[in-house]
Amino acid sequence: MTSLPKSTGKKLGLVIDLDTCVGCQACATSCKEWNTGGYSAPLTDLDPYGPDPHGPWLNRVHSYEAGVGAEGCTVHFPRSCLHCEEPDCVTVCPTGASYKRAEDGIVLVNPETCIGCKLCSWACPYGAREYDESSGVMKKCTLCIDRIYNQNLEPEDRLPACVRACPTGARHFGDIGDPESDVSRLVSDRGGYDLLPEFGYRPVNKYLPPRGRSAAKDTASARAISNAAPLTQSSTADLFFRWADRVLSR
Amino acid sequence: MHPAYSVILFTTASGAGYGLLIWLALLGAAGLVAPERGLGAIGFGLALALITVGLLASTFHLGHPERAWRAFSQWRSSWLSREGVMAVVTYAPAGLAAIGWVAFETAGGLWAVAAWAAIACALLTVYCTGMIYASLRTIPQWHQPLVTPLYLVLGLMTGALLTNALLHAFGTPLAGFSWLVIALLLVGLALKGAYWRAIAHAAPSYNAEDATGLGRFGKVRPLDPPHTQPNYVQREMGYHVARKHAQKLQKMAVLLGFLAPLMCTALTFAPSVELGMSAAIAAVLIAGAGMVLERWLFFAQAQHLVTLYYGAETA
Repeated sequence: MTSLPKSTGKKLGLVIDLDTCVGCQACATSCKEWNTGGYSAPLTDLDPYGPDPHGPWLNRVHSYEAGVGAEGCTVHFPRSCLHCEEPDCVTVCPTGASYKRAEDGIVLVNPETCIGCKLCSWACPYGAREYDESSGVMKKCTLCIDRIYNQNLEPEDRLPACVRACPTGARHFGDIGDPESDVSRLVSDRGGYDLLPEFGYRPVNKYLPPRGRSAAKDTASARAISNAAPLTQSSTADLFFRWADRVLSR
Repeated sequence: MHPAYSVILFTTASGAGYGLLIWLALLGAAGLVAPERGLGAIGFGLALALITVGLLASTFHLGHPERAWRAFSQWRSSWLSREGVMAVVTYAPAGLAAIGWVAFETAGGLWAVAAWAAIACALLTVYCTGMIYASLRTIPQWHQPLVTPLYLVLGLMTGALLTNALLHAFGTPLAGFSWLVIALLLVGLALKGAYWRAIAHAAPSYNAEDATGLGRFGKVRPLDPPHTQPNYVQREMGYHVARKHAQKLQKMAVLLGFLAPLMCTALTFAPSVELGMSAAIAAVLIAGAGMVLERWLFFAQAQHLVTLYYGAETA
């Protein structure tokens, strides 16, 4: 079971556009909402209204700054299971609960046979697996296996919840193994890349890099900045609030 | 990596238990120690108790201990499964060798075959334990050629310290065995020292730019975290002891785990029976504390690659 399939019929996965992601967290919250009632149910949060809320989420959206000055950019960076082709998270599993489906390449955890040893999470460099303290088993992205094949849903809803929720169209779902698919074309047109390719797990999910800034835009924004009032000049009101802040902070 | 006390207890206790089993079985099968009932009962009893306590401790940290039997199924791919299988298999020849000593006071003939089988199985079990860690490429400090040999040597070393204490307690000390203990302490110290030097000088494998693929824009720094409180990934894999603390703790581990037991073992050559016995027992207790510290450091000094997504610059 935990031996990997030699090849998978399809390579279903996500293509995430870092250029258009705005970091709104809609993908993360809709993932949690669907999956707390879906295949991975429940995704219980502990201490949800207390000082230390924590619990399994299958998708996390980081925000990074890359580079400095005019060359730098802010990048919102969703991170979830990449459904790798050769992941050790499957082969280290002692029970066969962690497996990769031969038909579509989706990596799943069987919650009925997982013993909660956590070794699979140790084997993942991407932090894709989160242990659920309340149910004692490992949780991870299922690529919404209970949506994408679900005949009870309208055809347009047969997508992972995160893809369906994304307001900017930054998330794309499809067969990355098929070179003619929309997602594969997107990857080749935009220079989609793997996370940690040298590591060797061969992730299926791809990331589309932020587009470089165009020269015209740079000039326009530079002009806008030079036309604006100098930031150092403070109004009387600003000075008052700054003084009030100092007094109140004592 | 977060040092889970159940795993520290498991690896140190079962390592010492398998070591004790190996040396007792070897001494008996080679005819170097008479298979006397009292020594057999206490020796094999202690070895199997340490192994069993260790195995039970390792199930404490499972989310579903009642499903632990399932872990015997995936020996084709999983070192953890292989370890589970070997741990259970080892009980059979170890139990037979123990019966030979305790019930029949014999360690020859077919009983010796059981003893040699127990030795082979015990070595394989500890080898599997080491490979669980050494096979994880996500943790550069564990994915080292010295990790598995260290698990074997430290198991044999702590087992030999226990065996030596038992031999002294039963009034059948062997000078040659004390020399073996000293040799194992020196080999263990040399290997552990080499391991610490290796991880201190190893160049980081990856950086945050590799992890995010954003190096084309320059240096990558976290701006907003994805959650307000630490999640499972950070709690389990984000723990990392500060370098200057690690260096102090390494010195303590060297002192307790190797140098003090070395001095105590040297004292076992003293002509006084009481002094020899006390020194051999003291060596076990001090080395035990040292091994717990060594194992704690093994986890606390290990930095998982996932930390790159949470602000670590390199891993």
